[in-house]
Amino acid sequence: MLRAALIGLGKMGVSHLAILRAHPEVDVVAVCDASSYVLEVLKKYTGLKGYTDYRELLEREKPDAVLIATPSRFHAQIVKAALERDLHVYCEKPFCLDVAEGSRLAQLAERKRLVNQVGYHYRFVAPFREMKRLIDLGVLGQIHHLRAEAYGPVVLRPSGSTWRASGAEGGGCLYDYACHAIDLVHYLFGRPDAVAGSVLNRVLSRQVEDEVYSTLFYADGKTGQLAANWSDESHRKMSVKLSVWASKGRMCADRQEIQVYLRQPAPQAPELASGWNVRYTTQLTPPVWFYLRGEEYSAQIDHFVDCVRRRSPTLCPFSAAVDADLVAAMMRKDAQRTRLEAPPALRQSALQAHP
Amino acid sequence: MLPRILFGDNQFFGVNHMSEDRARAQAMRFHTTRSVLEVLDAAYDEGIAVFMCTTHERIADICDHVRAHPARYAAFEFYPCLPYGVKYANAATEHGVLGALKLFLPQSGALGALLQGGVSLARREVGTIGELLIDAELKMFRGLRTPVIFLQNLVTDLLLGLRFDEGFRIFAEHVRKRYSAEPGFITMNLPRLLDVLETLGIDNPIVCASINKLGFRMCGGIAAYETAIATRRFRPVAMSVMASGAIPPQEALEYVCRQPQIRSIVFGASSRSNIRHTRQLIEELSAAS
Repeated sequence: MLRAALIGLGKMGVSHLAILRAHPEVDVVAVCDASSYVLEVLKKYTGLKGYTDYRELLEREKPDAVLIATPSRFHAQIVKAALERDLHVYCEKPFCLDVAEGSRLAQLAERKRLVNQVGYHYRFVAPFREMKRLIDLGVLGQIHHLRAEAYGPVVLRPSGSTWRASGAEGGGCLYDYACHAIDLVHYLFGRPDAVAGSVLNRVLSRQVEDEVYSTLFYADGKTGQLAANWSDESHRKMSVKLSVWASKGRMCADRQEIQVYLRQPAPQAPELASGWNVRYTTQLTPPVWFYLRGEEYSAQIDHFVDCVRRRSPTLCPFSAAVDADLVAAMMRKDAQRTRLEAPPALRQSALQAHP
Repeated sequence: MLPRILFGDNQFFGVNHMSEDRARAQAMRFHTTRSVLEVLDAAYDEGIAVFMCTTHERIADICDHVRAHPARYAAFEFYPCLPYGVKYANAATEHGVLGALKLFLPQSGALGALLQGGVSLARREVGTIGELLIDAELKMFRGLRTPVIFLQNLVTDLLLGLRFDEGFRIFAEHVRKRYSAEPGFITMNLPRLLDVLETLGIDNPIVCASINKLGFRMCGGIAAYETAIATRRFRPVAMSVMASGAIPPQEALEYVCRQPQIRSIVFGASSRSNIRHTRQLIEELSAAS
């Protein structure tokens, strides 16, 4: 039995809690949240012990592992406290707002050989995993361009009172949405060596960007484009799509399906024919022991538990999340430069659009 | 008595578990209430009198139409499935979990103050909040027949995972008392839910779950589902029978109709010919088994 504690009971935290408590190898020993109201209800109806101070929780309960789903600005201090107590840590994304600090924590976790994972759940979505398998097999040949898109309905009115509406707290479309696309790009194609032409636009938010666009460059000549917009309610929920063009064909994947176009049959993947091949999540997704919002949310928790048992590295370690934070920071910096270097006629509108 | 065939609503709201393109095409096709009604009318005229639907705000227009034409829809029944989870999930992203809760509760001063102050909640108070949320979701069905009211899988499975068993009791009791309706539960975790409902004394429950020969969204595994269906006391309603189109209709329905304990099958379709074809298949295969 893994003795786990959960810190932060917002939307993701409550969802993780349900999945964790349903896991046959996990004993949730306590939870922590700033709201004593939520804690009291949970205590009364589910018997869960609650703390408002995470240090007290760690001190008294001595869990083996901790899951952190607080607003992003608290991640670094809680991760640090947990690692110092030799706990295995699962942390929600984005990892740390300060890249240098995130990097130190990633190194600390590795040095102490503690299992560490960040909640980039798209790495557990079956069509993206299939895309990775096929790319790693070399089915597509030389990749020359990729496109990563993330759209969905988060900010639909000029308002916002939670931490997501504050850039300093890890809010904004870049950290909240674009990071998922950035991480998927890293997972499949590696980290870009440079970004250019980045645009961070406000549409509805007062303090943060609502859309992000950027061009990615790789030393091997590959290029990519990234687009993210969290004020697009034509998508019922968050929708992430990856497309890739290569010497032997092209591929697209989203949460539901993967479409592969091959110029010639590929000996590495004899199941694929030349021309279009489509496979759906219904065929690709491995079953999970408990379903709440999507198989990937259960699969990532199960993966963490499994890695702790085996003391093996996770599919989405802190170091990967630091890479995502790093590229997000590159885009923010690039967007500022782009704005400053804009032709005078455009500078004013660029200033207004930029947070 | 649950009817054999229920008509579902995923196709109307751009929900497709297999393809985003298909989901979007359906969202465009059913952009207007009129286009939804045409298909509902076709289903009704094919003898399918139950519409099992979410509490999506657009369902309110369907309710208005049915209320306005009582003679045309003399036998028509709704089986509402609440809450429309996406609405709450999006609000929780924007306003936080408690903020979202406040947003959907009626503007009653006492409750607002209660939540604001973070006052400790007695059993009655959590029950009251639950009941108010249920009432808010069901408002649009006033004056219409809703003999079965379902709890959506997002909430059923959240309560199940959290072990917040009291939530099931609050829902079941309120739906029985206030709406004289039977409570139903939608889940992706059938065997686990049946265990909990049994310990709560909710006897012979109506439980709607994905039941298909692919094992798609059947947590616990296809074998555990088949055993539960064959041996446990509950009224199974099969959904995702064709796994969003991954299984051809004949094959899909053979699998479900082979299990005589399955009471009802819910399916969605977008054309009269598809509705008729599916209805006929279910009838033939049910008679044969």
